[in-house]
Amino acid sequence: MGDYENAHTPVPNPAIHHQDERPQAKRLVFHLSRWDMSRQISSGGAEFAGHKLVFTGGFAMLVGHNAGGRVPMGQIIPENQSIVVRFAGDSGDGVQLLGSQFAESTALAGSDFSTFPDFPAEIRAPVGTTFGVSAFQINLGARRISTAGDAPDVLVALNPAALKVNLPLLQKGALILVNTDAFNDRNFAKANIAADPRKTGELDDFQTVEIAMSTQTLEAVKPHGLSRSDAEQCKNFWALGAILWMFGRSRQPIEDWATTKFAKKPPEVLAGNLAALNAGHAFAETAELSAEIPQFVIGEAPMATGDYRSITGAEALSLGLAAAGELADREVIFCSYPITPASPILHHLSRMTDLGVATFQAEDEIAACCAAIGASFGGAIGVTSSSGPGIALKTEAIGLAMSAELPLVIVNSQRGGPSTGLPTKTEQSDLYQAIYGRNADSPLPVIATAGPGDCFDAAIEATRIAIRHMTPVFLLTDGYIANAAGPWALPDMQDFEPILSNTPPAAQNDETERKRAIWNRDPSSLGRPWVAPGMKGLTYRIGGLEKDIETGDISYEAENHQAMSELRARKVAAVADFIPDQDVEQGNTKGPVVVVGWGSTHGAIWRAVHDAREQGLDVAQIHLRYLSPLPKNLGRLLGCYDRIIMPEMNMGQCATLLRDKLGVKLIQLNKVSGQPFKITEILDSITTNYPAKAKIKAAE
Amino acid sequence: MNAPLTAKDFATDQEVRWCPGCGDYAILKCVQKTLADVQADPDQTVFVSGIGCSSRFPYYMNAYGFHTIHGRAPTFATGLKLANPELDVWVVTGDGDGMSIGGNHLLHVLRRNVNLQILLFNNEIYGLTKGQYSPTSRVGTRSPSSPGGSIDAPLSAGAFALGAGARFIARGVDTDAKNLSPVLKAARDFKGASFVEIFQNCIVYNKDVFDDFVNKKQAKETQLHVEHGKPLLFANGAKGLKLNPLTLGMEVVEVGENGASESEVFVHDETSPAIAQMLLTLPKEGYPMPLGVIYRNPAPAFDESFWAAHGNKGKRTGKVADALRRGSVWRKESA
Repeated sequence: MGDYENAHTPVPNPAIHHQDERPQAKRLVFHLSRWDMSRQISSGGAEFAGHKLVFTGGFAMLVGHNAGGRVPMGQIIPENQSIVVRFAGDSGDGVQLLGSQFAESTALAGSDFSTFPDFPAEIRAPVGTTFGVSAFQINLGARRISTAGDAPDVLVALNPAALKVNLPLLQKGALILVNTDAFNDRNFAKANIAADPRKTGELDDFQTVEIAMSTQTLEAVKPHGLSRSDAEQCKNFWALGAILWMFGRSRQPIEDWATTKFAKKPPEVLAGNLAALNAGHAFAETAELSAEIPQFVIGEAPMATGDYRSITGAEALSLGLAAAGELADREVIFCSYPITPASPILHHLSRMTDLGVATFQAEDEIAACCAAIGASFGGAIGVTSSSGPGIALKTEAIGLAMSAELPLVIVNSQRGGPSTGLPTKTEQSDLYQAIYGRNADSPLPVIATAGPGDCFDAAIEATRIAIRHMTPVFLLTDGYIANAAGPWALPDMQDFEPILSNTPPAAQNDETERKRAIWNRDPSSLGRPWVAPGMKGLTYRIGGLEKDIETGDISYEAENHQAMSELRARKVAAVADFIPDQDVEQGNTKGPVVVVGWGSTHGAIWRAVHDAREQGLDVAQIHLRYLSPLPKNLGRLLGCYDRIIMPEMNMGQCATLLRDKLGVKLIQLNKVSGQPFKITEILDSITTNYPAKAKIKAAE
Repeated sequence: MNAPLTAKDFATDQEVRWCPGCGDYAILKCVQKTLADVQADPDQTVFVSGIGCSSRFPYYMNAYGFHTIHGRAPTFATGLKLANPELDVWVVTGDGDGMSIGGNHLLHVLRRNVNLQILLFNNEIYGLTKGQYSPTSRVGTRSPSSPGGSIDAPLSAGAFALGAGARFIARGVDTDAKNLSPVLKAARDFKGASFVEIFQNCIVYNKDVFDDFVNKKQAKETQLHVEHGKPLLFANGAKGLKLNPLTLGMEVVEVGENGASESEVFVHDETSPAIAQMLLTLPKEGYPMPLGVIYRNPAPAFDESFWAAHGNKGKRTGKVADALRRGSVWRKESA
């Protein structure tokens, strides 16, 4: 396979025939770019570069519609490469289940991976239409995988619409498995396809394998007495069976999972789905098709020793909030209102009641935020969550929490905007909203998550800051992170410091003394004691009117308002005293080029910088977690590079922030297509902007 | 043992800043006295308000207090009750705060039946913003924003509450502490959202708007103090409400030798939503103003159901370290 994560144009390799090749038994094979094919082949089934080269049968030849003279070769995905597989079909076809189960199987095989579901905004769009296509992409390999991949190498298309929508995304030479049963005039019409794409030459650049999946599925399921429509629903399991064979995976874990999943359904549902799974597997394995369907072998990725699980950002963030509650020894009260793509956090937390988490689905976004603040006033960790439009509604309440000096965590799962925008697509364009989006001077700490697993740590950190400084904190994530998944090394809870709150003062009978004690802020964090109703002898009143800096009483005094405004600014600035210095994730601490990112661009930037460095470019990567306030050393650090490239999925919001705060010059790389960055896009920017004069230095 | 608390113990050191003669003073005194009467614990008592004249209330109560944002007090109070269901939480709101900008939250806090008291000070005007007509203003109310008289139909707070699914609806008059205090006690005792509409006189912008039934000269003739199980009599028992089965409405009847017998007068059943509906929507002309506990029909309180549904009363029984392992976990041994 080529290094498809990078979407480099594959370099053709000569066909190499194994000595055991049988003329009739054909096998689709792919080339390996930057790969010494002769060594690979000469070693036969031996180990090479730490990876077992398996040639089941060892037959190499080209099949399918591509007869362009390019003869790909080899089924092993080398350790420095990866393969991108995309499943696509109608939103009712069970594509997400198919994809996630394949991901599960990848996890058990020990490879690294990253997944991303790409589903339409419509829940069940009309069957067969292009806007009803749901897809699931996975990038897997025996190396570190940092994104769900630029361009798929394998596409499983369950209907013509899925083929039409996904064809432009594919890597040239990609393998396409199509369900021919769905290729009829009716479906072409629904997908607005003029002519059968299999006959127009559109697929000439690809390897197409045509399979009558629906027929095969119906045949396999027949003995179990399911209705025709129920039987056809099993075709995702049939496709899963075929894919499991292609990747040499065991069916057992899937069978176990399905047994649990369908436990409450009539027994024929499980039987039918398992029959389809086995039939798909057997079909792929049979002589006639093993000729067309290649088998890939992907080794284990090097990862640190430990226990792993697959996790999405939404799940990790939810667990992180529960962990924060445990570390603070307080209840977490999560108040939210359904919105895409933030709702999965509400769903996950609703199942964590044993972890001291309570969820409240409020009547609207405003109520959700206010209830969370009410909970914080009452001594629980109030958390609210939404996406841009919902955050806009919460704005006034967030200002109140800031003014009343109450802790609050606000999670923003950013999506494409403005207004309702692109609800199911990703963007990171709510940074201005988080930092500036309130009336008056109302500074707040803002931090961002960098990937699915990182959401766990970020949620704990956001809560820690909120409680220490007694302030609302914005935690920015996005639609990509929320839904993307990858292996996650389980953290050890012992590694996290407890979250300590500012101790409430002793009960005071004297009203003035009491008030002074309640507003006696910690000199370093400027956080006040967390005094909650029910505490003995500490009654006090708070509100959104300006407060006297010492007693908290309503104050309209000019000097006091000046002092309070300055205090609020100093409090957020004080967060910088508690956060780590900004580090350099890859590369040198000075040099010609640094790529600075924040949020979900992390994976694409990591791979692009890594590859650029492998090409000999002296490029560094800096990824920001803390956006307000910025780490104290950031300005100095950025000053050590000649050029700063800032990729962002917005029109340049963080770039503006850095220019304003640090006076640095930046090269912006902005993408607002609703899709995450491709590695190539960042790599191209690095190459383009790399100073010609810069000497190539070996990494120290 | 400490000396019993007096009304004064519920006052704060803050200077009260309502207009002289404002009905809010009387309500404040009545609430302070009522809390002293029941020997409420200030440490366990919280007043939550939105924005408006009425919403300054928490600053003057020696209890915990939260003066929040316009219309949203019920939501803060809900979150607070979830964090600590033991607290005695009072929401103070007005006709603009509660019925206009906060109408949605009032609707939901009532239908959820969160265990708190909601005091809606209805003066049929926006006071703090200098006298614009409000959602409860009568048609034709002249104000800075309706110089030719307001044109929109007013909302009945009580009927709104009933429609929203409230289980406790009562009414009182600001200066009538004798009848308001028992209503406040009943509201406090009720497990669930108790909604109390208090007719409050805005002396500056809507002076004496309730004079037709508040004015002492005619109060006896125009106020109907309802009581569960008692006939709906007023005017010292000279008049009563009788059910007309044909119109399913109430009619005012004279009671006595020349009129209806007392047995014909309808007997109040505070658990009946149908009766509550009739009483809360009585026409203004020719009918008395029903006051007191009009509807009381208990149902499970949200804060209790909430924690019952969450199990363990929110106590942490599991560990995150274990929760991390829910689902499929695999072991990796580095080479």
